[in-house]
Amino acid sequence: MVNWSNFLSQLFNGLVLGALLALISSGLTIIYGTLGVLNLAHGAMFMLGGYAGYVAYEWSGSFLVAVVAGTLFLGVVGVLMERLIIRHFYSRPHEDQLLLTFGLSICMVELLRYFFTSMSKTVPPPQMFSGITSLGIMFYPTYRLALVGIVAVALLVLYFVLYRTRLGMIVRAGIEDSVMVDSLGIDVYRVFMVVFGIGAMAAGFAGIVNAPVVSLTPDGGEAILVQTFVVVVIGGVGSFPGAILGGLIAGEIISLTSMVNPGYAYVMLFAAMTLVLLVRPHGLLGTRGRE
Amino acid sequence: MSDKIKDTGRRSVLKAGAALGAGLALPSVFSGRAFAANAPIGTWPAGSSGSSVFIGITVPRTGSYALQGEDELKGYQLAVEHINSGHELIRKISPKTKKGVLGKEVKYGVADSAAKPNDAVQAQQRFITENKAILMTGSTSSAVAVALNKLAQREKVLYVAGISGSNDTTGKDCVRYGFRQCFYGQTAAAAIGPVLVKAFGKNKKAAYMTPDYTYGHTVTKSMQDYLATAGWTTATNQVSPLGAPDFSSYLLNVANSGADVLINVNWGHDAVLSIQQAKQFGILEKMKLAVPYQVPFLAREVGGGLLADVYAATDFWWTMEDKFPLAKMFVAEFEKKYGYKPEWGAENAYMQFALWAEAVENAGSFYPPDIIKSYEAGRKIQSLVGEVYWRAEDHTLVRPVVIVKGKKPAAMKNKEDYWDIVQIDPGLPLMQKPDAFGCNPGSYT
Repeated sequence: MVNWSNFLSQLFNGLVLGALLALISSGLTIIYGTLGVLNLAHGAMFMLGGYAGYVAYEWSGSFLVAVVAGTLFLGVVGVLMERLIIRHFYSRPHEDQLLLTFGLSICMVELLRYFFTSMSKTVPPPQMFSGITSLGIMFYPTYRLALVGIVAVALLVLYFVLYRTRLGMIVRAGIEDSVMVDSLGIDVYRVFMVVFGIGAMAAGFAGIVNAPVVSLTPDGGEAILVQTFVVVVIGGVGSFPGAILGGLIAGEIISLTSMVNPGYAYVMLFAAMTLVLLVRPHGLLGTRGRE
Repeated sequence: MSDKIKDTGRRSVLKAGAALGAGLALPSVFSGRAFAANAPIGTWPAGSSGSSVFIGITVPRTGSYALQGEDELKGYQLAVEHINSGHELIRKISPKTKKGVLGKEVKYGVADSAAKPNDAVQAQQRFITENKAILMTGSTSSAVAVALNKLAQREKVLYVAGISGSNDTTGKDCVRYGFRQCFYGQTAAAAIGPVLVKAFGKNKKAAYMTPDYTYGHTVTKSMQDYLATAGWTTATNQVSPLGAPDFSSYLLNVANSGADVLINVNWGHDAVLSIQQAKQFGILEKMKLAVPYQVPFLAREVGGGLLADVYAATDFWWTMEDKFPLAKMFVAEFEKKYGYKPEWGAENAYMQFALWAEAVENAGSFYPPDIIKSYEAGRKIQSLVGEVYWRAEDHTLVRPVVIVKGKKPAAMKNKEDYWDIVQIDPGLPLMQKPDAFGCNPGSYT
């Protein structure tokens, strides 16, 4: 017999989980869609943002300062990565790009471990969002509720940048045909740098707003990276709306499956991905991407 | 012709008789010692023919169990340092030790297992092939311990387990070449079960959080079995993969289960995160929490006093120094070297190496079957936790089990005073029969 209270709780929790996954995945998919680089360091960058925010929080005691610091720090890291390393690999095979970003992720994780050890770090939620809220059918952490709003605002900002600005137009044009954009006299490599920076900022922002939910560990980004790849594949590689849809679907799959049999929650996620790949090889909202 | 043949035959019989007599007499002359007649086995004699011997250590330095792996490694390193220098503490556990083991310096190599059986087996295989390792150790996951058990038996190289709580490690997956110092999940359940019943009453509903591998399943089963005798039932059992990035879905099921007590079998950072998130969901206000197999650093990592009044079963807590003189020495030595009080992962590691040195010194040889028989002799040994001995049938140490209860932050006397020792139970009455989990250790050679 269905426990409706638990079902509705899990349905709502799936939405929250999905929102977080959507936010993390959006950075990954924007970078891949524009630059054609599958960034395996995205999970490590997510944690790096969390740790940068943690340091800022320890220094200032302000969650807001932590969020700003974590986001900006990753923006700078992203731009430096792109300028110094990534740009040299645009014309190289995907295998080289994968190895490069995988190597960078190992360096980031071990640097975090060197400075912060494997002992996890926690960042408390802001005072106004601490505690538990009664939703009638269940009690739910107030910060997780607020997180839905925070993520929605962040995704709206990203949407605005991508769909309502000249930069966004160029980025989307770059996703379709970067050679044509280049031939129109636009410095496409400069756009690439900005896009990588925006993607990195999205990872950093997600890392610090997630820190009050999941305590920080140096390699905590590994499991997240796997999930975000699933999200991106389900939603459609390179598709920003696809990342949001994929994130919400993944969140609901994990949450609802765990209600029936928790041991199969992550198995079902991969089963869903396989199904999507069989039926729509380019993902639910994806189109044939750049080669 | 026929006489000659007969004579020759008679002489042969006499020679054979003499040889047989000598053969029967020799073992008593060279009691417990390997000699040239033994065929090479595993890495013997090559691994111990020089002035040093090599130990392969695989601990998780990455992943969910990394913190515990590092602590374990420190315990091994301190033990090696003490063995090589003939430190007073080692000599109290292994009185025949002078410097090194049988006069040979102990060297070691370390590899990251990431708590993954495949990684651990590959690294140890390399240590065996390239370094002629005579001993393997390290695990904070029973899945790794079970895999290394099998490698040890196949390669005929001794393995002393690191942290491993599964009933399988020295139960159905026990091997002649494997030894475990820490206790079965079943023993932990038998120790903490009565404490929970006394504290929370009979006929309670329990929610379990179980990591999805041998440790989790066997410990949860042992807890369920024991608590059923007091009328406890299972409201829900939330099985999660090792390293789950979020426990909210599982915790919602727990919150909606109507349980009175949350029994968290998760380990490493999974235990930390699931407890922190249980607090976020308000579960710890509604349910009592218990941790059957304590996790090193749990209290300090979870923070916020969340483990106040939480019961746990453990191998060791540093305040045991008040009762056991060797524990006091160990805590002092460890803290001097590493700057913090040792957790039970380090204690387990130190004990394993000290007990191995004791077994080898008493065997008088590095010949593996002799060392195994030395372990199996059942000698009473003075250790960090008092007198202990090895149970020959399942290669498990008979040792005390410690029940601790989390302190409220206000009651802590110093920054590492997280747990109160509730009781220290003798191990043997808590242990099941050696063959209860199907231990059949296999051959010596």
